[in-house]
Amino acid sequence: MRYLPLTSEDRADMLSVIGAKNVDEFYTDVPETARLGGTIEGLPDHQSEFAVERHLTRLAAKNVTASDSAFFVGCGAYKHHVPASVDAVITRSEFLTTYTPYQPEIAQGTLQTLFEFQTQVAEITAMDVANASMYDGATACAEAAVMACRATRRKKVVMSGGLHPHYAETTKLLCEAQGIEAIILPAAIDGELALAEHVDDATACVIGQSPNVFGTVTDMTPVADAAHEKKALFVSVFTEAVSLGLVKPPGEMGADIAVGEGQSIGNSLNFGGPYVGLFAATQKLVRQMPGRLCGETVDADGKRGFVLTLSTREQHIRRDKATSNICTNSGLCALAFTTHMTLLGGKGLHDLAVLNHETACDLADALEAVPGVELLTPRFFNEFAIRTPKPAFDVLEALQDKGVIGGVRASRLYPHDDFDDVIICAATECTSLEDIALYASALKEILA
Amino acid sequence: MTMNSSGRPTAPVAASDIQSVETVSGSKGLSQFEPLIFETDRWGKTGVDLPKAKGKASRLGGVERSVRPELPGLSEPETIRHYMRLSQRNYAIDLGLFPLGSCTMKHNPRLNEKMARLPGFADIHPMQPQASVQGALELIDELATWLKTLTGMPAVAMSPKAGAHGELCGMLAIRAALQARGESETRKRVLVPASAHGTNPATAAQCGFIVDEIDANARGRVDMDDLRAKLKKSDDVAGIMLTNPNTCGLFETDIKEIADLIHAAGGYFYCDGANFNAIVGRVRPGDLGVDAMHINLHKTFSTPHGGGGPGSGPTVLSDALAPFAPVPFVIKDGNGFHLIEETEAEAKDSFGRMASFHGQMGMFVRALTYMLSHGADGLKQVAEDAVLNANYIQAKLKTIMTPAFDGYCMHEALFSDKFTAEGIETIDIAKALIDEGYHPMTMYFPLVVHGAMLIEPTETESKAELDRFCDSLASVARKAAQGDESLKGAPYLAPMKRLDETQAARKPVLKWTAPAPEQVAAE
Repeated sequence: MRYLPLTSEDRADMLSVIGAKNVDEFYTDVPETARLGGTIEGLPDHQSEFAVERHLTRLAAKNVTASDSAFFVGCGAYKHHVPASVDAVITRSEFLTTYTPYQPEIAQGTLQTLFEFQTQVAEITAMDVANASMYDGATACAEAAVMACRATRRKKVVMSGGLHPHYAETTKLLCEAQGIEAIILPAAIDGELALAEHVDDATACVIGQSPNVFGTVTDMTPVADAAHEKKALFVSVFTEAVSLGLVKPPGEMGADIAVGEGQSIGNSLNFGGPYVGLFAATQKLVRQMPGRLCGETVDADGKRGFVLTLSTREQHIRRDKATSNICTNSGLCALAFTTHMTLLGGKGLHDLAVLNHETACDLADALEAVPGVELLTPRFFNEFAIRTPKPAFDVLEALQDKGVIGGVRASRLYPHDDFDDVIICAATECTSLEDIALYASALKEILA
Repeated sequence: MTMNSSGRPTAPVAASDIQSVETVSGSKGLSQFEPLIFETDRWGKTGVDLPKAKGKASRLGGVERSVRPELPGLSEPETIRHYMRLSQRNYAIDLGLFPLGSCTMKHNPRLNEKMARLPGFADIHPMQPQASVQGALELIDELATWLKTLTGMPAVAMSPKAGAHGELCGMLAIRAALQARGESETRKRVLVPASAHGTNPATAAQCGFIVDEIDANARGRVDMDDLRAKLKKSDDVAGIMLTNPNTCGLFETDIKEIADLIHAAGGYFYCDGANFNAIVGRVRPGDLGVDAMHINLHKTFSTPHGGGGPGSGPTVLSDALAPFAPVPFVIKDGNGFHLIEETEAEAKDSFGRMASFHGQMGMFVRALTYMLSHGADGLKQVAEDAVLNANYIQAKLKTIMTPAFDGYCMHEALFSDKFTAEGIETIDIAKALIDEGYHPMTMYFPLVVHGAMLIEPTETESKAELDRFCDSLASVARKAAQGDESLKGAPYLAPMKRLDETQAARKPVLKWTAPAPEQVAAE
């Protein structure tokens, strides 16, 4: 077996050094009834590298990729270009095959990139500090909610009707497990500001999203003000990190905690994971944050270096009193993010955001011109909702037959609301003018 | 002096007595100095080429950033060099044995990486129509079958994103099951051994449970008398969280009795599967009375750790807990594979959703690739070689270091610091191993052993590599036993000397900030 270096001779030699007759002796603590005789039944034996490759390649071939078609799907994950150098960096063995940097003397590579990552995330969200990543946007949002409850010693969380429903459900689950009341306002295309009316003296935080799941961008400053007036916190969410190059970021709206999905920068779609949750906060809240934090220090010679720090918040020290149970996070996805950000710089992120916005404007122009189509999103970045005169399910199926994956039907996210005729479409720098023309002409035919 | 025809010396002359060389660049030969990306002149620049903006009218409705993000943008050659230079300051499994106990740092096959990058897996969107991702759903279903068969469990939740997230999944399923029994308000107590990984008590607390610690006995296993005493009053017991093989590297001899006791008390058995590598293919947790167990795909099934993730923590569930599994999950019928995304119909008892989408697909591809490569026969050999390697290390070092417990170990060998001279601590041994060219073992964990050193070699080490490692550790251990003070300064040969963690925590500097103007002027 190609991944096992020991030979039968090695095994025999080693057993004699140990003084054991065979490996079965090591398993005598296993209750007899649970000891398996031979190999587990119902599974194939080992295969050659080419046989395995053939099997996986066949499975992959059954999927339609985002690059195979005119592609307009968003809603929390976005088809962006990932520069070739990103993959070159993250496949580098020293990053790929190392562990969480517990031994900083031989992990400065990982640690310095984390410090740079934290700095970049803090800057683009316009927040004071950022952690070294969470699993994804939804889990980051849930952690922000329970963190707000810890910080305020209150037990009520209110989420907007524009917060991605997966984020809202993930957050509600964690809150309720901890006895926290979690309220999700009715789904609304342009309803983030309604949060301001739902803050009371018991509220720990309100959670709003911009751009929201329907693509609507909102200056949520009035929500932050209303929250702060009641000594509650404002959690600002984003699912499209590229928007931060152009759209008003959490820190400019008075957010206390900013969380979001970082997939858009440096990471492939991967059918939903692994992604990278971004988590930033004000300086005041730093000791309440979940997850790893990398900090600057010096070594015994006085040379600058980096270490994981403030670990007294974490599970391995505080156990049941920890701020979170998170241990492994999204290290390599954070590296992909920071590598792409290092190429982009602030200017590149801004330019990329402008390109995304202009492409989405082109798409909106083209689709609005199709008779019967109504644009529902009043202000958008690179994603918006449209209403079609036929059910969205049928429209999207017909589009797929014409080589267009036209977006997400809103009823998939909101099966119990009246969104059967609503499609949420996204455009990015990967969307070509030909794709847009194809979408518009196909839609026109379908709706005719 | 030997010269070639042009007069260039071709053999070294006698070295001068210079012991250390200070360089202007800060580099040391192949180990090159690399500043932070912020300490460059690339502010306001970018390393990507983008088409020029058309100047279209904005449809943002004025919701724009007032200040553009200020970050340097490096050109591609500068970027590549930055990360390559930094990479040289990292130890990695591809460079040598990485004996972090309970972390299972095994070789990461490159075929896994190649398969995960097939566009048919990497370039598909979680929300695109299900008819267009049948191969992806089939892969998830196939991996689920492997996991269920290997564990002997009837169901598996695929969406948890790491081990601790899998723990959360299992404990939320237990909470939901108690809710369905109408006992979630009364059954709040979760038993957790003192030797448990920190995520166990943290997870229990995150689900609103109260942690009740149980003692270890002199053999490093659960103290059954203490367990029975803690179960005397049982109507408030939600369950037990137990790692098996445990964090001392030992199989819990009384595992079946523990399962029976917890079930008789009306609770559930959560097994932490972090150490599944020791028993995969040889023991099925389903035969031990387990109700829920997460599997770290990044440990047992060889997906890379990536310097701290991403992980993946599919969680197998017993019949009692299966109805409460989180959405989404994959089902198959005559029309192919489908995702169940809502908590209704076949998922009406589901406890809800744990993450944005369907789990760590990129890790699923890698794990299935690994499983198919090894097969049922190879996975059994994996466990046996992992255990053999650990026992070999224990056997070779047991006369020099102090084994924490008698008898054979499973996949990791645990030593206490009893053998060290006064003043020499576990951390000194760990740091001296760095000078020998190895990543240190897990240190000071588990907490039940003083100055613990937990060594997990995994099955992907050759005998020759194990011998070299044992020689190195034995030499360091002898120095520790003799009280060699030089260990206190180790490492000497790493890119950095010991780092000051106290200073980092006292006044945390968590991001780069531009030097104040007056400071710049003074320089």
